[in-house]
Amino acid sequence: MERHEYDVVVIGAGGAGLRAAIEARQQGKRTAIVCKSLFGKAHTVMAEGGAAAAMGNVNSDDNWMVHFRDTMRGGKFLNNWRMAELHAKEAPDRVWELEAWGALFDRTKDGKISQRNFGGHEYPRLAHVGDRTGLEMIRTLQQRVVALQQEDFEVHGDYEAYIKVFAECTVTRLLKDGDAISGAFAYWRETGKFIVFDAPAVVLATGGIGKSFVVTSNSWEYTGDGHALALLAGAQLINMEFIQFHPTGMVWPPSVRGILVTESVRGDGGVLRNSEGRRFMFDYIPDVFKDKYATTEEEGDRWYTDQANNRRPPELLPRDEVARAINSEVKAGRGSPQGGVFLDVSSRLPAAEIIKRLPSMHHQFKELADVDITAEPMQVGPTCHYVMGGVEVDADTAAASVPGLFAAGEVSGGMHGSNRLGGNSLSDLLVFGRRAGAGAAAYVDSLGGRRPQVTGVEEAHAEAVAPLERQGGENPYEVHHELQRTMNDLVGIIRKENEVAEALQVVEKLKERATNTTAPGGKIYNPGWHLAIDLRNMLLVSECVAKAALLRQESRGGHTRDDYPAMEPEWRRRLLVCSAKPDGSEVQVVEKTQVSMRADLITLFDRAELSKYLTEEELAEYDAAAKELS
Amino acid sequence: MSYKGKFRVWRGEGGEGRLEDFTVEVNEGEVVLDVIHRLQATQAPDLAVRWNCKAGKCGSCSMEINGKPRLGCMTRMSTFTEDETITVTPMRTFPVIKDLVTDVSFNYQKAREVPSFTPPKDVKPGEYRMQQIDVERSQEFRKCIECFMCNNVCHVIRDHEENKTHFAGPRFLMRIAELDMHPYDVADRKDSAQEEHGLGYCNITKCCTEVCPEHIKITDNALIPMKERVVDRKYDPLVWLGNKIFRR
Repeated sequence: MERHEYDVVVIGAGGAGLRAAIEARQQGKRTAIVCKSLFGKAHTVMAEGGAAAAMGNVNSDDNWMVHFRDTMRGGKFLNNWRMAELHAKEAPDRVWELEAWGALFDRTKDGKISQRNFGGHEYPRLAHVGDRTGLEMIRTLQQRVVALQQEDFEVHGDYEAYIKVFAECTVTRLLKDGDAISGAFAYWRETGKFIVFDAPAVVLATGGIGKSFVVTSNSWEYTGDGHALALLAGAQLINMEFIQFHPTGMVWPPSVRGILVTESVRGDGGVLRNSEGRRFMFDYIPDVFKDKYATTEEEGDRWYTDQANNRRPPELLPRDEVARAINSEVKAGRGSPQGGVFLDVSSRLPAAEIIKRLPSMHHQFKELADVDITAEPMQVGPTCHYVMGGVEVDADTAAASVPGLFAAGEVSGGMHGSNRLGGNSLSDLLVFGRRAGAGAAAYVDSLGGRRPQVTGVEEAHAEAVAPLERQGGENPYEVHHELQRTMNDLVGIIRKENEVAEALQVVEKLKERATNTTAPGGKIYNPGWHLAIDLRNMLLVSECVAKAALLRQESRGGHTRDDYPAMEPEWRRRLLVCSAKPDGSEVQVVEKTQVSMRADLITLFDRAELSKYLTEEELAEYDAAAKELS
Repeated sequence: MSYKGKFRVWRGEGGEGRLEDFTVEVNEGEVVLDVIHRLQATQAPDLAVRWNCKAGKCGSCSMEINGKPRLGCMTRMSTFTEDETITVTPMRTFPVIKDLVTDVSFNYQKAREVPSFTPPKDVKPGEYRMQQIDVERSQEFRKCIECFMCNNVCHVIRDHEENKTHFAGPRFLMRIAELDMHPYDVADRKDSAQEEHGLGYCNITKCCTEVCPEHIKITDNALIPMKERVVDRKYDPLVWLGNKIFRR
């Protein structure tokens, strides 16, 4: 069996994985990047709007404290505040660094990086390139990896001496030595041959879980691999009940249902209307945001040119609010012909301006739906977009509870609380990708040359080949489709106790059926086989989502319970932590108390605002902290 | 709204293969990739195809549809008649791994041969100042989603395997142009474009521009201007004189 020794193995080659790998290599570690697709194709390419960083280029009132506050508000104060703090402080440096590696962001008149408005961000904050920012980021990081390889070639005569990409290679198990990580087991998609990585540190950067749902903006890769690998290796997941349904996915034609329509459409002036032509978002401004959003169309429209004297339009509320509002309008019978609502930019900006600011949206609708967005409105509806939950990590080092295991980006949990703001994902990838790479490098140093022994290869091998060797079992595509329908219908944007409980029963049966799937054909590039293996991960993650969703008896961010519609201060302090047995047979969920915010951070907020979120007990802590600091 | 469509799909691996006929359901609004996926789910579970975003943003599902290089996810079924047989084959310029999946490692090798962005040493991150008009030229080329269809269609390598060693293909000649036009890049790329990456082989037939799903004007905006820059350098009498006098 093919075997490689590395210091750090990074699983995933999106923004977080590449930034982690770059950091590990820059700290002198021999680094492998293992990714399911070709190099440069990761899901990050689909990010459209931009990377949020308080550089203050467009509005000089912006700074890390404002960004921190926006992030905490967006997440309904459930966020890991230390992560939100590090993120807000470090994002500008991470964006500027990309520029030094060749990225070409759109510019302001004075030549700086331009920044655009986005939902939940008080000031224009998103560094962007039209509406293809993710592509720019992935390409820049990819080219940075190549630049480092070229440096290594100069010195060692080998491009891959210190950093190598294992593309189209899927990890199916993390390997351990006692409690600690010792490597990873994988197969090459191209040949079906197996490969063992012998490495003391593994960084998970595998992205999300959207492929457990029918309507999703996520690609086939988003099967929750890192979430499941972490669980099976003994790490914990938090916040798994919080899933972001992006308010604006395409709804027609059916084959593109779920594909993302960037929030920049609204950031740049686009408005949402129902079938009666009403800008319905004015009817859905929740109490906690009442004083921050315009109450009339006139004020909302003035805000685009005069932000100092007007409040923002409610189309720019955080994503969870907008998604729920669209859902309600459609349910009330005020939807568009194909079951969404109308998103209109054509009546708001000149055609040339739309094409300049939203080129890929223009292209996408023209090519896929025959709709010219400069002349007519789009039809949009909620789509499963992002999982806030993920591996519980230490904020500063991205370390999970298992020694040698790190996680960054969407696969990690905590940073975004119960709901992520648009634009905070791309900056999250950079900030915590770098921290995970550094954390892994420091961990390897701390071992002082000791290398944990690889064990468990035989078991991992047997598990991986099982679907190929079984005869007469079920078609894995069937099991997958049923899981997607179940999660979409029963654990979707609006949840009820009996429906979630039903979903759990279905998932239990599907787990049974998944162990009896057969993949006809050989080992070479066999998608049926790959899916049969991925099913284990999707089912495990779905179980976590459903179990946590059943327990959390309140509505907050990306978790809406029809039977518990209110947000409860008592629940704000409670995190739901998932763990599993090594064979994945049983997911356990336990409650854990969220650590109180540091005094200097909590006092960045007004007491009046906090009183909407915190318990009396916590408010007393706030008063004490405020007194001490004054 | 749905009908039974006729598909001929290339199946095979290890240098062997044949076109296989399928009859498969096609629904309103679908693209070719949807139909390939339906074949996987219902008739050929091991049919190999690359794809990711299904929205024309990642450049994974490059294939040849009725002989033309296309993205499977951006080729709508409504562009064909219902009784038409649609032939789907892998990209021809690269070796087939299996079915519609080809070995595109050539492109990654070429990417590595182009020297990276080289900024001046004294500019620190955060200090970059560029005007929009100056970044736009390179931004057009950075729209590239690396579907490699331009390299696939370029006859310099499509019909001449032997040129692969000394020709970077439109994708990476455009990358050189992109860096050359980057306001902060200080590397000299003109001589190497011609001598190492084979810019001279391009005889501007514009096949690459025609197949680009991002509608990048590869030939007009990248390759021809790059050729002009090379020529200016070569025949500029002042440069010639400078080279004579200051050559070390």
